[in-house]
Amino acid sequence: MITLLSTWTFGLALGFVALGVFVSYRLFSFPDITTDGSFTLGAVVATVLLVAGVDPLLATLGGMAAGAVAGSCTGMLHALLGIEPLLSGILLTTALASINLVVLGRSNVPLSGVPTLFDRGEKLLLPLARGLGFAETDAGEAARLGCMLLLAALAVLLLYIFFRTRLGTAMRAGGDTPSMARALGRNTGLLTIAGLAIANSLTALSGALVAQYQGFVDVQMGIGMVVWGMASVFLGAALVGPVRLGGALIGTLAGSVTFRLLVAAALRAGLHPDWLKFTTAAVVLAALVAPRFLVRRPQSQSIR
Amino acid sequence: MLTLNSATVAFSAPGGPLVRAVDGVSFTLPAGTFAVMIGTNGSGKSTLQGSVAGTVRLDSGSVQLAGHDITRWSEHARARLVGRVFQDPRAGTAASLSVLENLAVAACRGRPAGLGWATSASLRSLAAERLGSIAPGLEDRLDQQIGSLSGGQRQIVALVMATWHRPELLLLDEHTAALDPAAADRVVQATARLIREQNLTALMVTHSLKQAASLGDRLLLMHRGRLALDVAGAAKRRLSADDLASRFDRLRASDQLDDTAARTLTELYV
Ligand SMILES: Nc1ncnc2c1ncn2[C@@H]1O[C@H](COP(=O)(O)OP(=O)(O)OP(=O)(O)O)[C@@H](O)[C@H]1O
Ligand SMILES: [Mg+2]
Repeated sequence: MITLLSTWTFGLALGFVALGVFVSYRLFSFPDITTDGSFTLGAVVATVLLVAGVDPLLATLGGMAAGAVAGSCTGMLHALLGIEPLLSGILLTTALASINLVVLGRSNVPLSGVPTLFDRGEKLLLPLARGLGFAETDAGEAARLGCMLLLAALAVLLLYIFFRTRLGTAMRAGGDTPSMARALGRNTGLLTIAGLAIANSLTALSGALVAQYQGFVDVQMGIGMVVWGMASVFLGAALVGPVRLGGALIGTLAGSVTFRLLVAAALRAGLHPDWLKFTTAAVVLAALVAPRFLVRRPQSQSIR
Repeated sequence: MLTLNSATVAFSAPGGPLVRAVDGVSFTLPAGTFAVMIGTNGSGKSTLQGSVAGTVRLDSGSVQLAGHDITRWSEHARARLVGRVFQDPRAGTAASLSVLENLAVAACRGRPAGLGWATSASLRSLAAERLGSIAPGLEDRLDQQIGSLSGGQRQIVALVMATWHRPELLLLDEHTAALDPAAADRVVQATARLIREQNLTALMVTHSLKQAASLGDRLLLMHRGRLALDVAGAAKRRLSADDLASRFDRLRASDQLDDTAARTLTELYV
């Protein structure tokens, strides 16, 4: 029971990466490698703040803010200096590898004995979990899951509302068809910078949550996150089909949880953990290639 | 009012010769003028429009619009004054957004977007009214993704978008070229009507002789980056397809056009 609950919690925590990749890749067609670096950045900044005695909520928000800064740097490299999306992300992630190491001071730090966001949420939701009939051994984990569900719901709701405002709609238009947005007076460079800031703040939030959930941070923890996010986005799109913004956001979260459950099942069935990243990459490759074989459509439409 | 002063744009593609796509062009469109521009492929029509819209930088000369010197303005800054419809419906509308959301972005042209709800009830009723009056039936498809409309329908929505707030100048670059004749006809009628109703200043590029002869109150002919012909007023209104043909002949005689270009023009437009 505990492992099932924690798989859900972990899947939801990583779901914020998926939401970030949804924003950068789906809305802006920007394959954003910064994801790998900003995931770790969020974890590192939150951890350092927590260890320094900062309130868990503020520490988590601090991690998010750092991710937003990283994302806007990538956006500026692309929009202001004209560097290709992939290269901009690679430059930022490489630079962040040093920054993360310097900020953290060493390559991994445990978070034992420091109160985290989950300790606080657990205290809040434990009575509810018991009330719902969870056994005493499971109630703590159930409360953490409840806490994560609330956060995820809040994120989806805020993203949905934002992207349906005039500014958010202009951002989606700019990501979809830059020529149209510019002809209607939008500065598409600024919109891209803002979009990547939002995407990477979500990714960094994920890193901050994962660090607090697993109780330690490691400077390597972000490797492969962008591919994980893409796998979740593709899986989510396959789960919910062609839907509007709201459905696509929920589908993305569902994709992340489903993918985590599949991974857990594969591990239990005997997949060696060393093969996890390989498997994730294979899933993304399959998702990228499958539409070309399943439906006969012009190539330009095969992904979006 | 739009004024170009010795506008010049030169391109040098790697390995190719220097091409003066726009070569010292000067003209003024007084407010309320509907100008139609024709010319062979590569004569510089799109480059000229681009230099007004801000997608192409002038190498020398200047552009003035509605009392502003916009020569150094960015493309998105010029959009405050300029409405545009592209040749490709996919370039002028965002396919994954609904019709109403596309109109919502147009309703923010030239002003801060802000955090208000994009598809408000007031926008919806105004959109239904405006779309319905110009293309009955479209008002029932506001919530459909615009990518699922036909090219002609998309161009009509694009027209409504470009003129949602009255632009100081409406730029149309072969905006019916991607459409079948029937759809092109509907879009042309919608165009003429919007320009008349809002008394717009417009510059329309077309390859259709029918459109060039029947629309607008001024005709501009581009050739090799220059204005080879500029007919306005009563002379333009009297202009028929046959007149255009003889004009081409006269131009050829005066050696402003070479033989092949004149032949192409005659084939294209007459
Ligand atoms: N970005 C560019 N780089 C190099 N040369 C260019 C560029 N854009 C246009 N040109 C050249 O400038 C000239 C004018 O092109 P332009 O697109 O303005 O012609 P046009 O009159 O719009 O033609 P069409 O009727 O085919 O649309 C052509 O010789 C073209 O090759
Ligand atoms: Mg052209």
